Amino acid sequence: MTVITFKKEQFIKFVLMAFALSSLIFLFLIFAFILIEGLPLFHKIGLKNIIFGFKWAPTKGSFGIFPMIVSSFLVTFGALVIGGPMGLSCAVYLSEYSGKKMKMLLKPALELLAGIPSVVYGFLGVIYIVPLVRNCLGGSGFSLLATAIILGIMILPTIISISFDAITSVPKNFREGSLAMGATKWQTIYKVVIPSAKSGIMAGFILGMGRAIGETMAVIMIAGNALKIPTSILDPLRTLTGNIALELSYATGDHRMGLFSTGVVLLVIIMTLNYIANFGIKKKRLK
Amino acid sequence: MKQTARIFYILFLLIGMLTISCGRGSIEGKGNNFTITIAGSTSVMPFTEKLAEYFMLDHPDFVINVQSGGSTAGVQACINKTVDIGMSSRNLKDDEKILDAITICNDGIAAAIHPKNPITNLTMQQIRDIFNGRIKNWKELGWIDRKIDAVTREEGSGTRGAFEELIMEKNEIDDGIMVQDSNGSVKEVIATDPYAIGYISLGLLDERIKGLSIEGISPTVENIKAGKYMIVRPFLYLTNGKPGDKVQSFIDFVLSKDGQKILKKEGLIDIL
Amino acid sequence: MRIRPSTIDKLVRIGFNAQAFFTVSILVVIITIIFFKGFTHVNLEFIFSSPEDMGRQGGIFPSIFGTILLALLSIVFATPLGLGTAIFLTEYTKESAFTKIIRFGVESLAGIPSIIYGLFGFIFFVIKLKMGWSLLSGVLTMTIMILPTIIRTSEEAIKSVPRNLRIVSYSLGATRWETVTKVVLTSAMPGILTGVMLSIGRVVGETAAVIFTMGSSLRLPTSLMDSGRTMAVHFYILAREGISMDKAYATALVLVLSITIINVFAYYIMNKVVSRYS
Repeated sequence: MTVITFKKEQFIKFVLMAFALSSLIFLFLIFAFILIEGLPLFHKIGLKNIIFGFKWAPTKGSFGIFPMIVSSFLVTFGALVIGGPMGLSCAVYLSEYSGKKMKMLLKPALELLAGIPSVVYGFLGVIYIVPLVRNCLGGSGFSLLATAIILGIMILPTIISISFDAITSVPKNFREGSLAMGATKWQTIYKVVIPSAKSGIMAGFILGMGRAIGETMAVIMIAGNALKIPTSILDPLRTLTGNIALELSYATGDHRMGLFSTGVVLLVIIMTLNYIANFGIKKKRLK
Repeated sequence: MKQTARIFYILFLLIGMLTISCGRGSIEGKGNNFTITIAGSTSVMPFTEKLAEYFMLDHPDFVINVQSGGSTAGVQACINKTVDIGMSSRNLKDDEKILDAITICNDGIAAAIHPKNPITNLTMQQIRDIFNGRIKNWKELGWIDRKIDAVTREEGSGTRGAFEELIMEKNEIDDGIMVQDSNGSVKEVIATDPYAIGYISLGLLDERIKGLSIEGISPTVENIKAGKYMIVRPFLYLTNGKPGDKVQSFIDFVLSKDGQKILKKEGLIDIL
Repeated sequence: MRIRPSTIDKLVRIGFNAQAFFTVSILVVIITIIFFKGFTHVNLEFIFSSPEDMGRQGGIFPSIFGTILLALLSIVFATPLGLGTAIFLTEYTKESAFTKIIRFGVESLAGIPSIIYGLFGFIFFVIKLKMGWSLLSGVLTMTIMILPTIIRTSEEAIKSVPRNLRIVSYSLGATRWETVTKVVLTSAMPGILTGVMLSIGRVVGETAAVIFTMGSSLRLPTSLMDSGRTMAVHFYILAREGISMDKAYATALVLVLSITIINVFAYYIMNKVVSRYS
């Protein structure tokens, strides 16, 4: 190699390294600005008063987001209850029962389901699910139940694809050994395959949780956005994401800082969930 | 394959450069357009949009950009000079009075219910009690045994501010009540849920929802002009100092007979 | 009476079939509703004219244009950054603490929900950098948001290029950069393009991050500092305000159709990769 080519290669490597560092820089910027805007209020009002405060009335000095933290978790739990079993069984079906044709039909269908924007889900939820809940069960329809149903459908693709990966990575001989000992296919699945794929499936569920907690548009259209902790699944509720989205464009001063504080809490919760899930998946891969 | 990728890439770059070089001109290369930026109250916004549409028909060299954001945001944007005109659906607070406020019209706030709901009149106290959580069931008001689905606007909304000031007085709005972030979405909730009640801009009442009389006075433009229906708030255009000629021409249009006619048609109370 | 395991097995099989059918039918129902309620209102006029009366009448051309601009410009910025990062991580360094940190950064970015991107874009680009609600703010925010996707898919694509191709290239005297651009990238291009297409799909469908950075002006954005709407934002506002159900369904149809076409295209390219290597 000539000197010129060497210098050129050095330069290119440097440029590429700078590009690679950009991800870290962006991550830093995002955390920095959200924290810069969100932390001061924790100082001013007190961490306890914000995270455990029950009243959100930012123009009057109350910044309690506890009801929203609870509501976010309730809605996520509901979404898992609805989407989890359905997703898991779909994944089992895809890997153990379906033929090539069904696979060719289901996989694109799932990709499509994942690609539908959340505002469309929210819209359809308002037009169809909310009246359904209202007419069959009561309340205004804008409720924990309706939100859980829509979110459950929205996280299906995530749960299905990760569970599918986990299940298919269970070695073939596990299954063959079980069948050889006289177990039926179903017995093999629930006694051997699923327990082996447990950590991957859990990771899928946790990632699904992360998605549900972070969902914004569909939730503000369906959940009703009331500020109290819901006492029944038919009550309206407000999530952390909803709080931010509803008031961001209106807020100034302390009110705006309060929304960033909400963002800080949200960020902490989601990043924790993501790290737990990724750790689980990596552990599975290392096995 | 690499060739096609290269071509796509160059295409993207060209489009990018085209956009950047466009500057503030229009895409047909018409040359100098004058842009007015207006932002603020979500209540005032649709009417400003309508006025802008008419104005731009007669003045094709104007481009009027209307953003929402809420009354408070409109005030802030005006103070920071990031917009030409700020829109507000509530009166200015003391520390905001450095801005000039022009009342373009008045707007009534009506309590509204679904057409199927047989109730036609409520007292102020009853409305207060509904929104403050003391009255929870329609049977307490003479209808069927069913929970009231009340809906309010979010904190920071000018409409909510006016509602709290003029009707709620010192009572607080209950935490368990649903919140929506615009007049339109409140209207949607009321129009689709027979057991709902909310408050919206008078101009939005139509056959899909029913306005309630308060203390026997029905929410109509006549009653407001006669001073009988008192739940009224001004729609304000805010400027920071004297506006330039171009901006002023739009404001003049809004205050003119034609502009006021448009607002009147929309159900607002003109100020002529 | 004990039920025979083989009977349970058969029942379970039927159960699973029904289950899969149910899941697919959810999708079918969604697509059918949008299609049938929307397509009567989608015509050439709808696509090419501007909205009137807040969107009750007229078309959605400015939103379509805004969507295209946002998506394309975001790709223009994100692809070099993302591809460069992927190339760096795979071709230019060995696995080390440094690369682990960078991967950590990428994974973290991938996990951040869109409302946080909206919050960040709002405070950083719109307010602090004084760009206001504009196409530029939107583009910069979306660039960061799709960066992890581009990096991940590009890395996968580059890693799946067989080693011997590189070895042959080096043995012929090519430099690293020449090998990367002339050999590795050409083979990996379909995979990389798939990632690009998927990212475009993501930008088109995104609302929370866009509405707080690009704004919601109804006018046609003609410069980078103009505000504008994307189809998703326009649809959200139409639906939420109850402005026009017909127009809402029509917008939803155009939106979902666009994303479907983009995804199908991505799939098509991806399949070409599979067929090439099998």
